[in-house]
Amino acid sequence: MANDTGTRAETFPVGIASVGLAEVTRQVTGDEPPALAPNAALAVIGKPTPRQDGRAKVTGATRYTVDIKLPGMLHGRILRSPLPHARIGSIDVSAAARLPGVRAVLTIVRPDDPASAVVRYVGAPLAAVAAVSINVAEQALRLIRVDYEALPFVTDMDQARAAAAPQVFDSASAPQGYASGFPAAHGLPLVGNVRGPAMQARGDAVQGFAQAAVTVEAEYRTQVQTHCCLEPHATIADWREDGLTVYQSTQFTAGVRKELAAAFGLPPQRVRVVVDGMGGGFGSKSSLGNYGRIAVTLSRQAGAPVRIVLDRQEEQMDAGNRPGTWQRLRIGAQRDGGLTAISLRSYGTAGVALGAGVGNVAQAMYECPNFDGAQYDVFIHSGPGCAMRGPGNTPGAFGMEQAIDELAEKLAMDPLALRDRIDASPVRREERRLGAERIGWSRRHASGAPVTDGGPVKRGIGMAQSIWVANVQTNSACEVRIHRDGTVEVLSSVQDIGTGIGTVMAQVVAEVLGLRPEDITVRIGDTEFPAGPPSYGSRTTASITPPARSAAWRALQSLLRVAAPGLAVSPEDLLALGGRIVVRDQPARGMLFREATALLRTDRISEVASRSDDYGGFRQRMGTDAALAQQDLGGVQFAQVAVDTETGIVRVERVVAVHDCGRPMNPRLIESQVQGGVLMGLSYALFEHRILDRHTGRMVNPNLEQYKLVGARETPAIEVILLENYQGRSATDAYGVAEPANIATAPAIANAVYNAIGVRLRSLPMTPAAVLAALGRMTAGSARP
Amino acid sequence: MGMTAQTSTADATASRADGAPVVGPAAMLITLTVNGVAQTIQVEPRTTLAEVLRGPLDLTGTKIACNRGACSACTVWLDGVTVCSCMMLAIEVGARKVTTIEGLAQGDTLHAVQAAFIEHDAMQCGFCTPGMAMSCAALLEHTPHPSADEVMTAISGHFCRCGTYPHVVAATLAAAAQSKA
Repeated sequence: MANDTGTRAETFPVGIASVGLAEVTRQVTGDEPPALAPNAALAVIGKPTPRQDGRAKVTGATRYTVDIKLPGMLHGRILRSPLPHARIGSIDVSAAARLPGVRAVLTIVRPDDPASAVVRYVGAPLAAVAAVSINVAEQALRLIRVDYEALPFVTDMDQARAAAAPQVFDSASAPQGYASGFPAAHGLPLVGNVRGPAMQARGDAVQGFAQAAVTVEAEYRTQVQTHCCLEPHATIADWREDGLTVYQSTQFTAGVRKELAAAFGLPPQRVRVVVDGMGGGFGSKSSLGNYGRIAVTLSRQAGAPVRIVLDRQEEQMDAGNRPGTWQRLRIGAQRDGGLTAISLRSYGTAGVALGAGVGNVAQAMYECPNFDGAQYDVFIHSGPGCAMRGPGNTPGAFGMEQAIDELAEKLAMDPLALRDRIDASPVRREERRLGAERIGWSRRHASGAPVTDGGPVKRGIGMAQSIWVANVQTNSACEVRIHRDGTVEVLSSVQDIGTGIGTVMAQVVAEVLGLRPEDITVRIGDTEFPAGPPSYGSRTTASITPPARSAAWRALQSLLRVAAPGLAVSPEDLLALGGRIVVRDQPARGMLFREATALLRTDRISEVASRSDDYGGFRQRMGTDAALAQQDLGGVQFAQVAVDTETGIVRVERVVAVHDCGRPMNPRLIESQVQGGVLMGLSYALFEHRILDRHTGRMVNPNLEQYKLVGARETPAIEVILLENYQGRSATDAYGVAEPANIATAPAIANAVYNAIGVRLRSLPMTPAAVLAALGRMTAGSARP
Repeated sequence: MGMTAQTSTADATASRADGAPVVGPAAMLITLTVNGVAQTIQVEPRTTLAEVLRGPLDLTGTKIACNRGACSACTVWLDGVTVCSCMMLAIEVGARKVTTIEGLAQGDTLHAVQAAFIEHDAMQCGFCTPGMAMSCAALLEHTPHPSADEVMTAISGHFCRCGTYPHVVAATLAAAAQSKA
């Protein structure tokens, strides 16, 4: 239906349901569905519907990219640099090409091109082959002769900042911007290996500090974390005369299609990207990737499908990581806690990539008139970082949320009382209240107070907050089909990376059509369907559920027009309810849904809807395809820890995670995501650490046993409290939760550790060695990772 | 190694000093009993059980995530005992019966653990889920009424990057509570 019907007023519920709802009237365009009632009044939305693909997942039937086999499929492998910095003099692939079973050989580094001949990290792709089996492909790699000229390198961020450090890039070769994930400003100066600063400022920080009665200043450091998706990065490329099909484990089918079309000079409609089961991404599968490009090139060369699946070592070296950071925060406050100034300086490294800032926590979480921020990227000779669950804000919150606690202590204020004073968000205020009550904040002892039992294990409670922008992908679309036989389909290229978005879309369509979620067939993860949003930036639900509802509502209007004459009423007098089309106020009068669809003169009704602008407008446009909603996302988390002061082991016993994501669409799925965010944050806080050998530039723990991840035995009791926070901003009023759930966990644990032992850990991970060093039971030198 | 009479190959004529047959590198015929069905297939001796299941047998529910026994995504049963199928050669299996995630349900009737996994949303991306389900189901076969601690121990070798451990434990305890044993 054309968007030409003018506007009308709709009255929406607003506010936090558990506190009390008010109403707001907003103008919406004529083809928007009516305002959606609060969850309590709905049949399907907001209910804990089991995920639709649950049975396929528990029986092993789900087909992930790594499970797909195509006729004649070849296996690709990539030869990677063993050196962190080298000029490639020559690459001889002739012996590899002659090996029986090899079908294509690709030289990626071109020794005759000075811009291409230098590799800058261990694991950088040099060449690739496609062969009839993985074994043959690996044998072929061993036949490739590479002449390396080793160059000086640096893999430590502090050393890389020194003037005499080996230089990773010059201004001509350095990356200029950031393609995906957390944005880095273009056009910043590069001096040595240090690029920046990206400046953010408001007010007058010098003046603000002069007004401060109390000032805290501290430095915080975070390690490099790797994504560790259980399903490796994988592509199967099938290049044909009539078009390219790529099966890829991706967070953004539509985006990968766009990249492929541009990279290979194909019209987008001749490129198809497909993903069914998707085994985790966390930011690292947001784009085509070098492996994807290599697979397509090999397929074109071989004239056959080519499969590339990274092994775990490649995953750890060249599939992205969360940049390591150093930040210094200085905060000035009045006696009553009111902030007068915040100063932030940060250096971070994403290896050979950009985007290692610490986000906008210090800038945006609290009311403060004067802010002065300078964030720098530092290049080192290591694999490129990329977005990872809450990029920027996760290391940023580790610093800021501890600094706020340090300020509270100096002011002799309770950390919650200080936040009540300086945090203007009414949502987080309620979240603090609910969380404090649940964790038992009132029984929290003073930090570092002597523990009466006298034993070596000290317990503590801490909390921290997260903030995250509410992203919306504006070019998100969805099709709803109502078939004559009464079946209903919802179609979009949006992919399910594990959140259960398909189930949520089925709930939305079912709610509109008066059906059950299991009556709706969900077809997603295929660019043959209308382009859906990416699954990153916590934007999927916010972007795709409004068009799903709009498309279903418009399709229903068509169906009601068909059904109305037989019931001798006008279409406006009909409702879809409980599997029937009924007359409003006379629910006994009507027909089954499938009796109505049987009246269709065509095989089906189809409506495609795109994501409308938020009602009342967006806060900010982000390029052509995305925008920021008016209200930030966030949450408040509380952690209870037990610290063994003899072994240094930190055990997180309990986490209370209080979050809001606008209207919760499916509390069961949201609870799963929040638990996942907490556990990834706990793992970041205590265990994970990419360790590079500074003498070879190699990662010494490129696996899943020496790279430590949280397991079941380290999992605390996690209690999730969800707010229903209505804003009346879209057809569903739903926003995201994945990243906010990760951001607050590490600082909440750090604040709890401080509460337990009275010594603050300002560096991650908080290993036993680091704890013992902080307690003065080991020398700092021996604890330094 | 668990070589058996079922293993035969033209190359396996040589023997070591201790009399053990020398096999490979050429492919050889082995018979594997998987989910109650005996199948004879040709495999190179270096092929792992996980590779055979996922490749020639097309039982792709068994996942390979680390390929070195660190993550347990490839967990299957061998005579009812959980093993990492990436850490075992297919020719080592011999006469032992292999059960994969595809064989856990009885026809259309899900194993109690599978049904509980759905009910409790003990999955997100689902890639670790088959291995998790195999370990939790094996636990209940041997320990019908485990404590939460025993469930956590049973899955302590499994990695789930999505963080499903709390729901996996809840689901397994719920499945145990349903059984009458």
